[in-house]
This record gives sequence, structure tokens and C-alpha cells, in this order.
Amino acid sequence: MTGRSADKSVNADKGSGLFGNRLRRKEALTGYLFILPALIGLIAFFAFPTIRAAQISLTNWNLMRPAHWIGFDNYGKLWADGKFWDSMQITLLYVIYNIPLQTALGLIIAVLADRLAKSVLFRAVIIAPYLISNVVAGLVWLLMLDPLIGLTNAFLTGIGIPPQSFLSSPDQALISVAGISIWRHVGFTALLFYAGLQSIPRDLYEAARLDGASESAMFRMITLPLLRPVMVFVLVTSVVGSFQVFDVIAVTTQGGPANSTRAVLWYIYENAFQFSRMGYASAMSMVLFVFLILVTLLQMRLLRADSSDLG
Amino acid sequence: MKTLTHYLLVSAAVLAPTTVFAQDTVRYWMWDGQQAPVYQQCANDFEAMNSDIHIEITQTGWDQYWTNLTTSFISGDAPDVFVNHLMRLPEFAANQMIEDLTPLLAKASYDTSGYLPGLLENWSKDGAVYGLPKDWATVAVAYDRDKLKAAGLAPSDLADMTWNPENGGSFQKIIAHLTVDTNGKRGDEEGFDPNSVATFGLVLNPLSPQGETEWAYLAASTGWRFIDEPWSTHYNFDDPRLAKSLTWIRDLARVHHLMPTVEQTGRLGAETLMFSDKGAMTVTGSWLVGLYHQSKPSVAFAPIPAGPEGRKTMFNGLADSIWTGSPVKDAAWKWVQYLGSDACQATVAKAGVVFPAQQDQIETTVKAFEEKGVDVSAFTKVATSETTFAPPITDYGNEISSIVKAALEKVMLGQQKPEEILTNANEEVNSLF
Repeated sequence: MTGRSADKSVNADKGSGLFGNRLRRKEALTGYLFILPALIGLIAFFAFPTIRAAQISLTNWNLMRPAHWIGFDNYGKLWADGKFWDSMQITLLYVIYNIPLQTALGLIIAVLADRLAKSVLFRAVIIAPYLISNVVAGLVWLLMLDPLIGLTNAFLTGIGIPPQSFLSSPDQALISVAGISIWRHVGFTALLFYAGLQSIPRDLYEAARLDGASESAMFRMITLPLLRPVMVFVLVTSVVGSFQVFDVIAVTTQGGPANSTRAVLWYIYENAFQFSRMGYASAMSMVLFVFLILVTLLQMRLLRADSSDLG
Repeated sequence: MKTLTHYLLVSAAVLAPTTVFAQDTVRYWMWDGQQAPVYQQCANDFEAMNSDIHIEITQTGWDQYWTNLTTSFISGDAPDVFVNHLMRLPEFAANQMIEDLTPLLAKASYDTSGYLPGLLENWSKDGAVYGLPKDWATVAVAYDRDKLKAAGLAPSDLADMTWNPENGGSFQKIIAHLTVDTNGKRGDEEGFDPNSVATFGLVLNPLSPQGETEWAYLAASTGWRFIDEPWSTHYNFDDPRLAKSLTWIRDLARVHHLMPTVEQTGRLGAETLMFSDKGAMTVTGSWLVGLYHQSKPSVAFAPIPAGPEGRKTMFNGLADSIWTGSPVKDAAWKWVQYLGSDACQATVAKAGVVFPAQQDQIETTVKAFEEKGVDVSAFTKVATSETTFAPPITDYGNEISSIVKAALEKVMLGQQKPEEILTNANEEVNSLF
């Protein structure tokens, strides 16, 4: 009772008078203080490097000599660089291998966990690969997928399937890298979906059941639409992350064999740190940055990220 | 006042030792973990003689080494002295990241006559010297003694192997005989199952752009060379002799099944295949003798096969370079001199991990290896000017490596005719200059 009247008085005060302004300022200050650590991180680790990269992209900096301003030459060169567009194509293909399967598997695991397995152990096992770093995951799989001495081929031949080349064949390398990434990330995706499922009111399912809805109808009509905000989050972050695939490639294939896994970030890395063309590498990073903003905006638009179905 | 006096006295006491024992710290970077303890010994001996200098050794793996080094140049935090590789020499020299040692050598009247011929020349350009040679390396065949014996062969059978790109010579015959399928049939026997090989006669690392232990010793034995002279602006990857040599390697795997294909080799490489008994022979560099001795003592070494123009091994050597931005250049130069001195080179020789650059240390090194039970004559035998060739030293080393690596992979995958792949790669490489 008292709480409610206090709320009212605050609301009444908000619109007018010296006290209201001061309180609003205080609230704003508290708000800023809350976001300050994140803001510092954002400025130091994202905004500043982005501006700096944009600046470097207009120079011919080779890391060792002072940089010289060359205008938009790097962008012109990039336009004509077949290897850059090849690497974009490889990255796109990787995203296509990666995202649908990872999302679908994540969703299936989450629904199963929600309906069948309530145990914490199950959830812990599912999330475990995500706790390993990409580099370690890459190293472990590099050993497991070795064509001659790896465990995977030993298992396959044991059940009568011929041995595969995995990371050593241009046809299978990109799929294998995507597989490693799915293995590592699917648990996290499942966990996000699982949390989303928990927030769907159970009475909706009860009502649907009374109406005689089947399990699959409930999944299509209730679960999927109500999971949309989580779906947006999962897709936006995983698509952006997928376009930035680097560490698994660096550990397992280094862009090979025959350039079949030279994704755009690996090509940027090669240019920056192996060919000492930091200016050119920065120009590519800027193009990738703008491209990813567009992809994200498109996704948000298509998935109506700002509205909810839970009226 | 009393407090102030007290404070001053404490400060003086704290500062005194640092003033008296002021030391320059020379930071020294290297990538070879096997050699790190040996150079730590050199550092200890050096510090004992130079109490005003402290040597701080940092060892990082090859893959991270160069990225770390480049970024440390930018941040102004590079090591004062570092182990340098010929592949990076042109870039570092052109960007004035490494000191020209000529004036220092002249001032110190440093005697460079003890180095094996060719080593100092590799590190020189237009009268400038960018590194003091520290060691050298050649390649040899590494074979598993047990597998050789099981095949009814003796080490002497490997002593004079021949090779040619047409039929592979006696090298191919031995490889075939050492290859065994899962039914125990040998590669040169009737009924050999090429789809179920248990041990390959030869295993090679995935073909590297310089091919030091995979293909360059074969191609060079036909008379082929990467470039016609040091610091050239033209490569010879389109030479038919190279295409023929690589075709032989490709077919050894894809047609004869006596060597794993590139799809089978994986990134773990020849050493892992030798350790896991998947290979009977490989070709290895002298810097890996210690590793084989530790991990697979049944491995011994034989000279590389002689091609149409005899035996040819790449003669590679590392050097110590001084960073131009070093704040302790005098101390750094002292340390570099010590690294090249008889004392440190003898320490390295006695450790038996790598061949030091000074000619008169070869015997000591050979003895040190002998004491461990390793015969390294296969490596020393080819360390002559007639049986060696220099690694390609040109600008754009890393870009060339990237282009050539992809081309070699395409050749080994059998994607196109080797001649076409190599001619295209050569055009791309030469257009860089």
C-alpha cells in the first residue's frame, strides 16, 4: 500500500519542480554508472580500434615503416582482388554449412531437454564443449580427424565405412571446420533456446492441449513464434561469429588444402601479419565490418526483432 | 626532520645496490625448444664473464614467433637480439629492422673465416651483414632400423641410393620394398593391396613452399634451382624439371600407393607418422635428429639419394640479428659476438642438438651425437659446396610461400597438370617484383 503511494508521489514529482529534475539527473547518473564499465570496454576495444582501422585502411602501412596516406587505393585494389572475393565466397559457404544445422540441432536439444531431461548433468554435458577454447577444440579435432592415425577413421572403418580425409581434402575441409564449430557451439545455442523455452507460459500449452492440438502443432504455433526474440539473438550473434571464423582454421587447416578454407578473416590475417600489408588488411576489415552491419540489419528486419508475439 | 633523515637513509639503502650492480638486460628470442637449454648455458657462461649484462631468453613456437616479432617491432618492444631465418631476412633488412653488423665487425676485428663457406654470404647483401651465422642444416633420409631389417635390407643398401624423375631409381625400389599392406604383402610383391597399406615406404610432410625436406633435394638433383642468383627477382617454378620431380612425388602416392596421399597425410606430418609406425622412411633436417633420438630411437639416418646431377641438399643456416631499436646495442653486440665465439659454439657442439656454424666444431658435434648412439654422417657428408644449394633469398618471401604452397597442394591433389599449375604460380610469383 505504502509502496504504491510512494510510486505515485514519485511519478507526480517527475513532471515538475526542482526535486523532479534532480531525481531524474540522479537516475540518469546511476544509469550511466551502471553502463560505464561496458562503455569503457566498448570504446577501448571496439570503437577506437574501428576508427584506427578505418584510418590505417587509407595508408600503405607495412607495420615497420611509417605509414603514408594513399587515399582509397586499398579499396580500389580490394575490388579487383579475386582472392578477397574467393575468401568471401568461402566464408559465405561456411556460414551456410554452419548456421542452419547448428541452430536446428540447438533447438532440438533444447526442446528435448525441456520436455524430457530435467537433469542438471544433461545440461552440463551439453554446454561442456563451449567451455573449451576454439584453439583447444581445433587441436583435439585435428588429432581425432587425422586421416591415418585419427580416432574418427578408426571408428568409421570399424563399422565398415571407408576412411575419410576430413581436414586434408579440399572437398571436406570446410565442412569439417564447420563441424568442429557446430560441435563447440551447439550446446550454447541449446542453452539459450532452453532459457527461452522456460519463459513461455505453460498454460498456453495446456489450453492448446485442451483444444486437441498435436505436439508438432504446438511446436509450430506456440514454441517457435514465442522463441522469436531468442532466435533473433542466436541468429544475429552466430551469423556474425560465423563470418568471423578464424581460430579453428588457424589451428587445423591454415587456409588449405589448395586454399579451400581460406575464409576472409584468415586472408586478412595473412595480409596483415604475414605479408605485412596492414593498410590493405584494414581496408578488408572495414569492408567486412560494413557488410556484417548490413547482414545484421537485414536479419533484424526479416525477423521483426523489435516486436514480440507474447501479447 | 628525524623522519626525513630516516626516509633518506632507507632510500639510499634501497638504491645503493641497483647503482652498484646496474645491469643491461639483453632480451634474446628463439623458437627451437630443443636448443633453448643449450643457449641458456651459453647465457650463464656469458653472464659469469659480464656481470653488467643479463641475458633474458624467451622461446616461442615457430607459428607465433614471427607474428610476435612483427608486433613487437611496432610496439617498440622487440627483442634486442633474435634468431633470424633467411626467409624473413629481405623484409627485415629492407625495413631497417635489423642492424648492419659490418661496422661492428670491422671495429671488433671479428674473425669470420671460421664459418662454413656460404653461411655468412647468405646473410649479406651489398656489403652489409645482417646476422652472424649460428648453425647450419642439411637433410638426410631417416629410416626405421626395425622395418629395414624386417624387409631384409641392411643400412648399407641405403648408403648409395639413386633417383631420377622417370622411374625413381633405386630409391623407389627401396620405398616399394619397405611398403607393407595389412596382409603383410610388400609394395613390390604380387598381390599387394594398395588400398590397405599398413606401413608406407616413404612418408613426407605436406609439401612446404621451400621443400627443404620434401621435394627440393629431388628437384635440385636434376639441376633445377629456385632462383639463378641470390636476391633475384625471377623464380623458376615453371621449369619442366621441377614439374617432372613433383609429378614423381605425386605418382608415388596417387599411382603407386607407396606414400600417403596429401589427403591422407594430414597436418600432423611425417614425424608423427614415423612415430606411429605408419612410415618406414622419411626425409628430415639435421635439426630434428634430437627429436627422433628422443621419441623414436629405432630411427637412423642415410644420405639422400643421388639424382641425375648427384646429391643436392639445401644448405640452410640461422643467424643472430640485432634489432635496430635496441636500447642496449653495445650489450647486444657483445652477446652476439659471444654466441658466435668458440666458447658458445663449443657448448652447442657438445650438446649435440644442432650443427654450429664454425667449421672446426663439426667434429665435436659428430662425437656428441655418437656418444648418444646417433650416426649423423649422412648430414655431414653432404655439407660440401658441391652437394648443397642455397635457399631462395628474395623479397616477398611470405607472399611467395602462400602462392607456392597452394600450387603444390593442387599438384599433389592431382587437380590439374603440374606444368600448368606451376607455370601459373610462377607468373603470379614473378609479377610480385
